[in-house]
Amino acid sequence: MPPRHKSLVLLAGVILLQVLLLAVQIKRDSQGRLIRTWTVGAVSPFERVGSYGFGWFRDAWRNYFALRGTRKDNEELRRENDTLKLRIAQLEGKAAEADRLAGLLGFRQAQSDVPMLAARVIGGSAGTASLTIEIDRGERDGIRRNMGVITPDGVVGKVIEAYANTSQVLLLTDRESGVGAMLADSRIQSPVGGVGEPLITMKYVPNDDDVSVGERVITSGMDRIFPRDLPVGTITAIQPGVNFKQIRIKPAANLEKLEEVLVLLTLHPLKGNDAPEAKPPAPVASNPAPPQVANP
Amino acid sequence: MNRAFDLRMGESHIEVYKFRTGAIPIATLLALVIQAWLPLHFTRAALLDLPLLVVIYLGLSRRNPSTGLLLGTAVGLMQDSLSGPTVPLGLFGIAKTVIGYLASSLGARLDTEHPAARFALTAGFFVIHQAAVALTRRILLAQPEPWFTLHLFAAALVNALVAMFLFVLLDRLRRPS
Repeated sequence: MPPRHKSLVLLAGVILLQVLLLAVQIKRDSQGRLIRTWTVGAVSPFERVGSYGFGWFRDAWRNYFALRGTRKDNEELRRENDTLKLRIAQLEGKAAEADRLAGLLGFRQAQSDVPMLAARVIGGSAGTASLTIEIDRGERDGIRRNMGVITPDGVVGKVIEAYANTSQVLLLTDRESGVGAMLADSRIQSPVGGVGEPLITMKYVPNDDDVSVGERVITSGMDRIFPRDLPVGTITAIQPGVNFKQIRIKPAANLEKLEEVLVLLTLHPLKGNDAPEAKPPAPVASNPAPPQVANP
Repeated sequence: MNRAFDLRMGESHIEVYKFRTGAIPIATLLALVIQAWLPLHFTRAALLDLPLLVVIYLGLSRRNPSTGLLLGTAVGLMQDSLSGPTVPLGLFGIAKTVIGYLASSLGARLDTEHPAARFALTAGFFVIHQAAVALTRRILLAQPEPWFTLHLFAAALVNALVAMFLFVLLDRLRRPS
């Protein structure tokens, strides 16, 4: 038999066998389980290996090669994050400034009978010998020496030098500073002055008077610089002295973080608010003379 | 001898290729595995029929109808087995048996090394393969099966295109003459 005929016979035989296989499957409703099992068993390990290999390749691609630009992206995001942080800080500063200015405005409106001028703090003490600040308003704005400087929180100090466009303000905490004050509850009057430290002192309260820690200290108006009843501070410590109590007061205004202040534009005695009558100051005869409340 | 040798058919000289040891079963197995696995990840890959391409290539290269049809039978039956219980054993077996025989027979008469020839032959064999499957389903299994659709036409072109590159790869499995 020629080779061509052999292959044709083989073709016919193989096809016939498969047709029979099909017929058997249909007639007996069998799926040729054995040959399927063999084939699946032979091929499935390779499929599994291929699947794992593909998974490994895919993970390697996604976790390494596809992340080539991640470092650059990360650096850009870091830079952007830094910029945004700076921006947030600026916005927070502006928001805080807006709050402060709103407070100043509210206070200014509440004290409409007192001429005031808002000023921005542009500098601080050049040395440790004095506690002063510099504001951006001066004589051209109507500021003169000895004018009082306050914030809505409380007394700040007074103008010690007025230049054309700027002024220097002596803070309440300076050794040379002082303000006429009284205790808010007991109405005991006594000047308050600085000692060069963050806390100020009230020196001329007799040992016999009842004073408690936490009591508020307000302006008495007796210095003719500050209106009456402005907050000066809160008593933080009381110690008995020889004749007078040694009273330490925390200033009401945050003198270490001043940004905007109000200057009281008058050198005339200010009209005090309606308030309970203050007790007179301690008898001078038995006590050393109290110092001048405000330096001339 | 494992060297390639010439098969004289009249005046023409047709080279019959032999392959490296284990190349045929590995290529066949790989085609089946990829065929079963690739569509899971790439839906469009369902257009491909890699086992058919391997049968065509080996048939065209070996140029022995008996070997070609037996290889087609084996690959077809394995493909049937891997296709699940809904595909009866013999469906692809018969179709690939026919393709294996035809490819081997044509390979012994034509120059099938040129890419254009490979493209045309593969597209033609794909159509014949589909016709054989449809015939088997319609006549032997009494199942509805379209003879040919636009989708199958596109699949024929895609398979022919892939075959052009795949056959170049498979050429590397040949033993040097």
